[in-house]
Amino acid sequence: MAAGYNTVSMGTGRKEFNPKKERAGLEYYIKEAGQGTLKQIGGAKNVDEGSIGNFMAARFNKQGHLAGFIPYIDEELQWKPCIRTEGACASGALALMSGMKSVLAETAEVVLTVGVEVQNTMKAIYGADVLAGAGWFKNRKNGHAYFFPGQFSDRAKAYYDKYGMEYSRKGMKQWFVNAIENARLCPTAQEYENKVADLGGLYDGMTPNGKAFVDSLNVLDCSKVSDGASAIAIMSEEGLKRCGIQKSEAVQVMGYAQVERNITDDPPDKTELTTIKKAVHRTLEMAGITINDLATIEVHDCFSIAGILSTEALGFAEPGKGAQFVADRNTARDGRIPINTTGGLIGWGHPTGGTGVHQAVTIWEQLTGRAGAAQVNIPAGRPYGMTINMGGDDVTVVAIVYQRGDF
Amino acid sequence: MNYEEKLQNVTVLGAAGKMGSGILLLTAVEMADLSLKSENKGKTFCLNAMDVSQEGLAGLMKYLKDQVMKLAEKKTVVLRHTYRERADLIENEDIIREYVFDVMNIVRPVTTVESAYNSSLIFEAVIENLDLKKKLLSQINENNPHMPWFFSNTSSIPIHVLDNAAKLDGRILGFHFYNPPAVQRLVELITTPNNSTEMIEFAKNYARNLKKVVVLSNDFAGFIGNGHFMRDALHGIHEAERLAKEVPFAEAVYMMNKVSQDFLIRPMGIFQLIDYVGIDVVQFIMKVMNPYLKDEDLHSDLLDKMMNMGVKGGQRSDGSQKDGFLKYERNKPVGVYNPVTNSYVDIAEFQVKCDEKLGGLPDSWKPWKIVNFSKDKKESMLISYFNELKAGKTLGAELAKKYHIRSKEIGNKLVSDKVANNKEDVNTVMLTGFFHAYGPVNEYMS
Repeated sequence: MAAGYNTVSMGTGRKEFNPKKERAGLEYYIKEAGQGTLKQIGGAKNVDEGSIGNFMAARFNKQGHLAGFIPYIDEELQWKPCIRTEGACASGALALMSGMKSVLAETAEVVLTVGVEVQNTMKAIYGADVLAGAGWFKNRKNGHAYFFPGQFSDRAKAYYDKYGMEYSRKGMKQWFVNAIENARLCPTAQEYENKVADLGGLYDGMTPNGKAFVDSLNVLDCSKVSDGASAIAIMSEEGLKRCGIQKSEAVQVMGYAQVERNITDDPPDKTELTTIKKAVHRTLEMAGITINDLATIEVHDCFSIAGILSTEALGFAEPGKGAQFVADRNTARDGRIPINTTGGLIGWGHPTGGTGVHQAVTIWEQLTGRAGAAQVNIPAGRPYGMTINMGGDDVTVVAIVYQRGDF
Repeated sequence: MNYEEKLQNVTVLGAAGKMGSGILLLTAVEMADLSLKSENKGKTFCLNAMDVSQEGLAGLMKYLKDQVMKLAEKKTVVLRHTYRERADLIENEDIIREYVFDVMNIVRPVTTVESAYNSSLIFEAVIENLDLKKKLLSQINENNPHMPWFFSNTSSIPIHVLDNAAKLDGRILGFHFYNPPAVQRLVELITTPNNSTEMIEFAKNYARNLKKVVVLSNDFAGFIGNGHFMRDALHGIHEAERLAKEVPFAEAVYMMNKVSQDFLIRPMGIFQLIDYVGIDVVQFIMKVMNPYLKDEDLHSDLLDKMMNMGVKGGQRSDGSQKDGFLKYERNKPVGVYNPVTNSYVDIAEFQVKCDEKLGGLPDSWKPWKIVNFSKDKKESMLISYFNELKAGKTLGAELAKKYHIRSKEIGNKLVSDKVANNKEDVNTVMLTGFFHAYGPVNEYMS
């Protein structure tokens, strides 16, 4: 993969965001991201196929049929095979998987992959209805008004009950602080302009209040409501040559895993991200590495508790020890394993269907030394990166291991 | 008759007016919430929105729908619980829509007073005209077999005067909302010795359910809120008139408006507040109150003059500010009225000169919107600001000190005249009804 491009993650936090004014729509974001990638690969003529990940444009934007927007990016994409993927918030990574499978099947040498979501078209209370589509609709009636925050609030509560609330929230607070501090280093991040001096104090001042929101999370524990798109080119070695891209400017996929859990079942254990655990295990196995070989990871922190649980699912901490692992700054940019180096879903933003592609772009930037102010050290002895993209409550998971192309 | 029964059939008189529409909204929501309780299933709740203006009623229904929608969006968490038995209502959107329907379904827009003949409770929010109020209330009372209670929103007419005029036998009390009722948390409750305990208790209960702060006021014209505001406004007017002997009228108005807003850390300058309430309304309230005041003359020639020139202030139906003493663009003052030329002078023409004349604000000054929302730090901010102001020698500081002292005097007089039961009540009214950052009866200048 190479030639990644992220639009700004637009929404509250960005100075230019005004919910009362008309804003750019889906097509704008798709085009900006797509063209951003095409410019780096010698234009649309080099592309064989397109894939686009999106969760709920059908409701957020009253727009279905998104594959048809790929030729809109550039007229030279007209008449080429395109596909749209949907797997809730893992839609983006499914678009990556679709592209990767085309390359592996040798039906394409170059696939343009885009992920997009434009969510700020409605108030949060209605957006919650739309996002609830990532769960089983039969559970909607008895779910929380803010359905997904409710699901992860329940997970947080289970974690608090088992390991202590104060202890757990120390880790969740540090997760939030890391997210904002990292986002401040990335100009496209939604929280790039966040100027709050005492982030920890801000977090401590917002005790979860079930009357206004959910019982066990505050809004700082949640990812952003975002408009944005990301794009990247998935290429074979032949494709790299065709596009004139050096291996050192690309990342190679060393392992991948795509895992699905039955959406009609409750999670087997609320304090564990079981599907992520399986996906991580499989992708590491395929890559033939261990977590100790990873230099940086993008995890799916739709909520801070998901971040904590991800460190446990990855195996960096024993069950119940993830909060401590994070509180001790192990996942900070200068910590043992820098996670979500441009802010993740809480700091950079979470254009749901775009997130999976954004994660790949971030890892590509980090491993090829293009992350600018957000660049972290990639030790020669630990040259791997990983992305974990999750759809719904640990239902659809895609985990990918990457390494710079010239290793 | 218990609380629910009393609220099963209610009428709001003057429902399309600014105060009436807010009262209608709050009452409709309260009644709908009662109707949705499982124990009230099958009972009919009816709220007559009575107004003489068809156009006003059409606007009211739109306002109501928009406001209930916003409210429902805010309390969806609770509403999901309320509608938990309704299998057909699944998404937030379904629930919000249903709630809006359930509230609107209680309201009957009507133009005839006969609709009130079946009500147990009647809110009166018609214009401040004793004859009109008397006519309406007595007509309803004579034709309504339910011995209804009357809650008047009058801000100036003593309740016992209404009681006697309409022969209501103590079945009336003052339930004075602040503008806009849906936002302002204050309700002044004015009772008379003829009120039954049951009625007073109901009023308190109802206010509590509306999440209002209740201040008990005694039955003197103007009560606490207007008792302070009218005198405070008159002070500002007199000071501007005094300044106008030395500087052009428009500059004097600008300076006193700035002194009363910035130097006193209030949300609005006094002339902006008069415009907000309406010059006509202020003139009218003073006129209503004046005959009841023994030792003072609550009257302004300047207000009369403005009214004669047709300059009234007040707000348009969309909430935007009409020009009055000041001219507004996007609700911000940009000009001041000049009665000689019957036109507005741009503030920009004299602002620098006048600001220099007033002198700078003390160093520790911060605007009202910062001070008022500074929670724990507010008190210390005010103490250091007023200490500095006290030492100030500029014209602005002198005018502000005089204004501050007068405001306190007015507050104390409301207590000594027994309009308010204590100074805390005066302060609560100004804090919650007028959004002041501090109550007028304070020790900042002592």
